[in-house]
Amino acid sequence: MIELIVADRCTDCGTCIEVCPANVLDAGQGGLPILARVEDCQTCFMCELYCQADAIYVAPDCDRRVTVDETEVVASGHLGQYRKHSGWDEWAEHYPNEQWLMETVFRRAGETSAQSRGAGPEGLGGQK
Amino acid sequence: MVSSSLEELSLTADVLVVGGGMAGAWAATSAAESGAKVVLVDKGYCGTSGVTAAAGPGHWWVPPDPPAARDAAVANRVTSGLGLGEADWMYRILDQTWRTLPTLARYYKFGVDDDGRMNYRAVRGPEYMRALRQQILGHGVTVLDHSPVLELLARSDGSIGGARGKRRQDGGRAYQIEAGAVILAAGGTSFLSHLLGSRTNTGDGYLMAAEAGAEMSGMEFTAAYTIAPAHSTMTRSMAYSFAAYYDADGHELDLPFGPDQTLRLARALQRGPVYCSLHRLPDDIKARLHTISPNVPLVFDRWGIDPYRDRFEVTLHNDGTIRGIGGVRVHDVDGTTSVPGLFVAGDNASREKVAGAISGGGNVNSAWALSSGVSAGRAAARLARGAKRSAGRLRPLGRIGRERRRGGKAVDLAALRNGVRAEMHPFDKNLFRTGHGLAASAQALEGLWTELADHADTGTIASRETAALLATARWSVATAATRKESRGLHRREDFPSRDSGPAVRLLSGGLDQVWVTPDGAPADAKTGQLEAAS
Repeated sequence: MIELIVADRCTDCGTCIEVCPANVLDAGQGGLPILARVEDCQTCFMCELYCQADAIYVAPDCDRRVTVDETEVVASGHLGQYRKHSGWDEWAEHYPNEQWLMETVFRRAGETSAQSRGAGPEGLGGQK
Repeated sequence: MVSSSLEELSLTADVLVVGGGMAGAWAATSAAESGAKVVLVDKGYCGTSGVTAAAGPGHWWVPPDPPAARDAAVANRVTSGLGLGEADWMYRILDQTWRTLPTLARYYKFGVDDDGRMNYRAVRGPEYMRALRQQILGHGVTVLDHSPVLELLARSDGSIGGARGKRRQDGGRAYQIEAGAVILAAGGTSFLSHLLGSRTNTGDGYLMAAEAGAEMSGMEFTAAYTIAPAHSTMTRSMAYSFAAYYDADGHELDLPFGPDQTLRLARALQRGPVYCSLHRLPDDIKARLHTISPNVPLVFDRWGIDPYRDRFEVTLHNDGTIRGIGGVRVHDVDGTTSVPGLFVAGDNASREKVAGAISGGGNVNSAWALSSGVSAGRAAARLARGAKRSAGRLRPLGRIGRERRRGGKAVDLAALRNGVRAEMHPFDKNLFRTGHGLAASAQALEGLWTELADHADTGTIASRETAALLATARWSVATAATRKESRGLHRREDFPSRDSGPAVRLLSGGLDQVWVTPDGAPADAKTGQLEAAS
């Protein structure tokens, strides 16, 4: 769930409030967005992806709150990681979208499995 | 309430699309291309809402040449669909997907493989949904984000003529949209499992369709599950195609990649915690995982796990009707329902005829979402051109959770939602089904439904979501109890084999009284089936 908005980085652009599909955030009075309804957060990381200031940290934990240390998070390099590896904005030329490889991976897994066991090529509920 | 001081927002449209995931966005696109004035409303934000946005759909994709390839793909799917699929519908969605998906190139940068070929079928969710949003805005569609629909509106002749809801980032301001036709593309539901991106998919579109008089079909097929690291939402399965699994003592489990893997994993999870390692993933894929699926490594990196060396605990999240296949019964690929003026698309519709009795997860469901959206948009635009628009006052159709039957009292909606989870998620109840277990689930859900229907507060988004979850769960359990055989995603421990007779689809519906009946039975058979279902 979303646990942190780094005040020093936030530009108060309001994008996270708008794009959060679960309406977790509210506009603060003249400053940071407020984490108003963290219990509604669906841990989809969309707010991070859309945050050009790399100010948001979503903990992977979806069923429990965790304590987050701002200094540690800033030092970890995790802020902005999703946006960077997705090749959004300034990262467009550095990280290609290789989603097309997904089907290749499933096919290779099926072939490997068939070779070792004579099983069919269908896997865990299809591709996603 | 702030809402009372704000004037209701009133809009008119030729076509109203409810839901801004991939089906809704494609529907809005094609309705607008057909010349319709389109309004699209989304509970959250069109672009990030729904299960497509956080995932990476691989569409069912077979080139038309050579024709034998499509024939083979369809024949395979008909066979694996165990009698519930229809070849004609499959050909139509393959063709629609093939023709339509490349048209998004203006907004989506399709990948180019290592041989320099453009790959259309596999797209990344956030970019795909961002592109679809840009496309519909480019077509002049009016998009209302953060505007959950509370109920449909009917004309005096019973046809659907609009919807009303609330704008939750505008002080809860009420809105009403009068439309020539309505397309429900509100998604399926995972019954609030932690399936990635599914938190707001509470089955609202099923409830609203039922209130309008539509039937469901295939609601028993809710027993799909997807792997994720324990305590995470990351139900992206690709990296697990080479996974190794271990029990708590460190012994490797026999869980080969293949059609039975989910069942075997569920059995193992019933015995105790299961741990996983991705060390067998080929090195070239390890090196590119972050540019194939950038959200997958987020979980490991933040927890300090090296998935190629460490063993991490895994779980299975229920897919409900999302990677399952049930939904509103449709009479055509264009999402025509039994209710005039009402269309459904994507996971809001039953996908039995294109997926069969097995999961449509990933490829078939994506091709269906696109194709049913495109076709429904076109059909709704055509209908709206001929619709009588000054048919007088529109009648609100919302019932359950909108009008309490008895005295108001505080209803713990969170407890009701947890009650739905408790019946729909456990493996021993929903994956390995028994007549006894289903009867107990039906009884438990009935109690929750009565509590909600008798006493719940009216008109809140939360009460409507809870009603939708409960209604959907009740239809699923009743249909599963009626199908006394095992077929595809529906597994009965007390009826382990498949009926030898012709495959039958099961329709369901009803709010206060749930009914189940075989598709094709006379309409008056509904009541007769009630006992069988309860």
